Amino acid sequence: MQATYESAKAPKWLRRFWRNKLGIFGLFGVLLVLFVSVFAPLLAPYDPSEQFFEGLTIEGDPLPPSQEYWLGTDLLGRDLLSRVIYGARISLLVGVIANGAAVILGTLVGVLAGYFRGPVEAVLMRFTDLMTAFPALVLAIALAAILRPSLWIVALVIALVNWVWVARAVYAQVLSIAKRDFIESATALGVSTPRMLRRHVLPHLTSTLLVFGTLGISTTVLLEASLSFLGVGVQPPTPSWGGIINESQSYFLNAPWLVFFPGAAILLTSLSFNLLGESLRDALDLSERR
Amino acid sequence: MKRLLLTLLITLTPLAFAQGGSMTVTFQDDLSTLDPAVGYDWQNWSIIKSIFDGLMDYEPGTTTLAPNLAESYTVSEDGRTYTFSLLQGVTFHNGREMIADDVKYSFERMFDPATQSPGLGFYLGIVGAQPYVAGEVDTVEGIEVIDPYTVVFQLIEPDASFLHKLALNFAHVVPQEAVEASDDFGREPVGTGAFMLSEWVLGQRVVLERNPNYHVEGRPFLDEITFQVGVDPNVAFLRLQRGEVDILGDGIPSARFSEVMNDPELSQLVAQGDQIQTGYITINTEIEPLNNPMVRQAINMAINKERIVRVVNNRATPAVQILPPLMPGYADDYEGYAYDPEAARQMLADAGFPDGFSTVLYAYNVAPNDRIAQAIQQDLSQVGIDVELRTQAQSTVIEAGSSGEAPLLWSGGMAWIADYPDPNNFYWPILACASAVPGGWNWARYCDSEIETMAAEADTMVADDQRDERIAIYRDLFVQIMEEDAPWVPVFHERRFTMHSARVGGPEAIFVDPIHIPVHYELVRATE
Amino acid sequence: MLLNYLLRRFLQALGVLVGISFVTFLLLYFLPADPARMVAGRSATPETVEQIRRELGLDQPFPQRYASYLWGLVQGDMGRSYVQKAAVSDIIASRFIPTLQLALAGILFELLIGLPSGIIAALKRGTWVDQLFMSTAFLGVSAPQFVVGLLLLYLFSYLLPIFPLGGYGSVAHIILPAITVGLAGGGWYARVTRSAMIDVLRQDYVKTARAKGVFPRRLLFKHILKNATLPVVALVGLDIGVFMGGIVIVESVFGWPGIGQMIWQAIQLVDVPVILGGVLVTACFVVVGNLVADLIYPLLDPRIQYG
Repeated sequence: MQATYESAKAPKWLRRFWRNKLGIFGLFGVLLVLFVSVFAPLLAPYDPSEQFFEGLTIEGDPLPPSQEYWLGTDLLGRDLLSRVIYGARISLLVGVIANGAAVILGTLVGVLAGYFRGPVEAVLMRFTDLMTAFPALVLAIALAAILRPSLWIVALVIALVNWVWVARAVYAQVLSIAKRDFIESATALGVSTPRMLRRHVLPHLTSTLLVFGTLGISTTVLLEASLSFLGVGVQPPTPSWGGIINESQSYFLNAPWLVFFPGAAILLTSLSFNLLGESLRDALDLSERR
Repeated sequence: MKRLLLTLLITLTPLAFAQGGSMTVTFQDDLSTLDPAVGYDWQNWSIIKSIFDGLMDYEPGTTTLAPNLAESYTVSEDGRTYTFSLLQGVTFHNGREMIADDVKYSFERMFDPATQSPGLGFYLGIVGAQPYVAGEVDTVEGIEVIDPYTVVFQLIEPDASFLHKLALNFAHVVPQEAVEASDDFGREPVGTGAFMLSEWVLGQRVVLERNPNYHVEGRPFLDEITFQVGVDPNVAFLRLQRGEVDILGDGIPSARFSEVMNDPELSQLVAQGDQIQTGYITINTEIEPLNNPMVRQAINMAINKERIVRVVNNRATPAVQILPPLMPGYADDYEGYAYDPEAARQMLADAGFPDGFSTVLYAYNVAPNDRIAQAIQQDLSQVGIDVELRTQAQSTVIEAGSSGEAPLLWSGGMAWIADYPDPNNFYWPILACASAVPGGWNWARYCDSEIETMAAEADTMVADDQRDERIAIYRDLFVQIMEEDAPWVPVFHERRFTMHSARVGGPEAIFVDPIHIPVHYELVRATE
Repeated sequence: MLLNYLLRRFLQALGVLVGISFVTFLLLYFLPADPARMVAGRSATPETVEQIRRELGLDQPFPQRYASYLWGLVQGDMGRSYVQKAAVSDIIASRFIPTLQLALAGILFELLIGLPSGIIAALKRGTWVDQLFMSTAFLGVSAPQFVVGLLLLYLFSYLLPIFPLGGYGSVAHIILPAITVGLAGGGWYARVTRSAMIDVLRQDYVKTARAKGVFPRRLLFKHILKNATLPVVALVGLDIGVFMGGIVIVESVFGWPGIGQMIWQAIQLVDVPVILGGVLVTACFVVVGNLVADLIYPLLDPRIQYG
């Protein structure tokens, strides 16, 4: 009874949100990943960097999951579970923050170019071309060699690489949206440009932005690994999911756990964010608001 | 002597292996160039050796020098004049006979700065070479053609390793007309060697065919060798099991290594041998606090080499000294620094660092070097040395090393595989004062003038009866470097494991040849 | 109008290419790695390194080097590889056709996998079919390509010898690498198609039509798909450019002689002319791909005009 009373008081969108089971699952997944990354030191059974002498077979191969090492050990005899737990920190930061920055930047460029067109469009979209063709790896190596490798450089490079995709997709959509009847009539009514963008254009982009915001988590987490490989990003032994996969992927026929568990973590994270996002979008019904 | 050995090999080989057949070798990286004056990768090193010949070579599977294009040679009393009589009737792949003028031309071409030969530095001891390189004269005075079959080299100083240097690829003989006719000789090589280039599809494959006029009777055995490039080692392994590939040029992928070695059938296909190689950490002797010898000794005691060897699937033996066991001058009775973190901590405290210190370790980012670097990092943290890792692209690491910026550097992937089996090759390029300069490969920046004098004097001892004495000097010198100054941590000596298909064979030693790396192609046989 | 537009775009493209070459040149110039040292090898004396530096023209100041590079480009000369010594144009030419083949096959598979799943998922929105397709899309995007490639080779070339074990040549060679590319890209296309479809399906005119019970194929293909494919076209345009720059991991697993491998190796060895050549070729295709996409939009949605 109490619960019904409570939810009756809750706003409409929240009630709609609670009805969607997948959304709840998504929320739970996101909270789990956040929890794990914040409380990693309490949750991890071992130091993620400690290389156990008995963590490798006598032939130097990693150990499969066992009672001692729940998810097995990696190629240096470290506890994989602890590394996956700690890896959540870097991977979340890269996947959510760096990718988020890319989505915001890309949206800005795409909307402006598609809405205003003319010289604004020419400059912005040719700049997008330039950045697409730009050798991100060369930039990464140069930055790594000039500056101290750090997570922020990774985030920067990822944001610089990823925004062009968002920009192109958003641009194409805005081209079409800007010509739709409701925009034309709103323009005729004298609605101001910022208001127009906020109220009439952006809501139609939420689906697309959700796609980039969530699928992008997976690709950026994997991209981080190749950047770290080139020496730009977090340097070993700091664990990241992409990094664990990258260093052990050639072993996956013989030691599948090394790829399976971090891979599952990446999948779970991006899927959870997506389910949560979709469910929120539907609950708020953004694209139908006029 | 070489012929005798070859006859021996034939009689020992099963009859099933006749002359003829073909084989396929895979590499992951593209082949760069087959120009003997230029090529310096381990992939193309022995391919070049099978297309070209030099005056000297080694007995297959060993480090014993043997004349190749030379029929015989004499060394003058003072060790400064080398006179070679050439084999007669040796022809280039284009049919022309190779004569003494070609030898002289090949050297002058290599010295020409336009050729950009990385091997040039080995031969600057020849009289007149330096002014020629500088463009001051138009011939190298110290290389003299007496008649079509006799050539004489004059050296500024005696050089006990000169014959070894003549066996390097850079000194291989090329025909002038073919070089000048080609826009890119590295892609259209013409030599006197056992095989001739028949096809090169950039980025895909290089095919060699048997040279029917090869100057060694009955060699080579194979009609054709195909080098496929761009093949991932894991995929190459699957293809070998399916019978599509005969030799894994990049070795057995580490993920499958113990599986192979534990398999009674597969392990039969693996040839094993030592390499003239040392994997080491350079400790920059010019950077605080590493400039303190006690700190360097403590670092030596802190590294658990047994564990690092395990990380590389036991494909190496722990090292106690700079020289590898196959190198003349290896000190059998020297034990080096034993693993003892307790003593290392004590020594650091004695040196004034009871709480340790922080430093940076550079390493090449390709596996297993990234893992080895992490193992080193953990070992050093055990004694209180906090190490920040920089695992980066090869070029960046080399730059950090040669500019003298890298405090610690793990040499793996760029490590010293000897150019030739003489101990001075482990001194002059990587530990001498002359190479402790920006752009040099002495990344420890080690320089001891007393030792430099010893090495220089040893190299003037060219007479046969002085050989043992000279080697003994080098043995003591390398032990002294480690004992007193410890500019390196010698970590391990790699062992080579070459997997080949059941249909190719030959003496095991040629599949792990210490000179013709990775395989001595001339002596491989196939069943079909 | 169109001619005018094309001319303008062509001039802009030239600007983009010059911009790319300049920035890349600048970055490589400041890269703390010495190409001369890499060429000289480990036994070289410092004098030799100096000599090689002069020989490669690396001793000249930046403006002079860049100017002579541009001048070479104008004459169709992309320089010579520091490492391989061969002409960069020859090296790129040898890898061009394989790269183009894999790019086209990869995009084809992406669309074959992505478009139908996206459309079906959108039409069946909220059902288990939708969930299944979309979870699979996430799996496709999250799976590391190296692992997918090696697994496909192991299953369909080694255990069941249907396809060749990597390499380049016949049509059979291209199937597995194209599927590997298609699984990852297909996930993106499925998601983008679905969300764009959903957006169109919410439009008033579609809603009205559906409410009236009019939901024939005609409507689906004529209006909904046309509008929904705009972002897909945008992504294909980008994919052309990016794939023509090479797909390093897939090329490496399958032994495909593409441009990606070439650039990757060149970067590791600081082979500047090869890096520059590879980047410029990629840039050309980025420009072309995006131009083609921009030309297609008005065809799909006549309200859009050429800018």
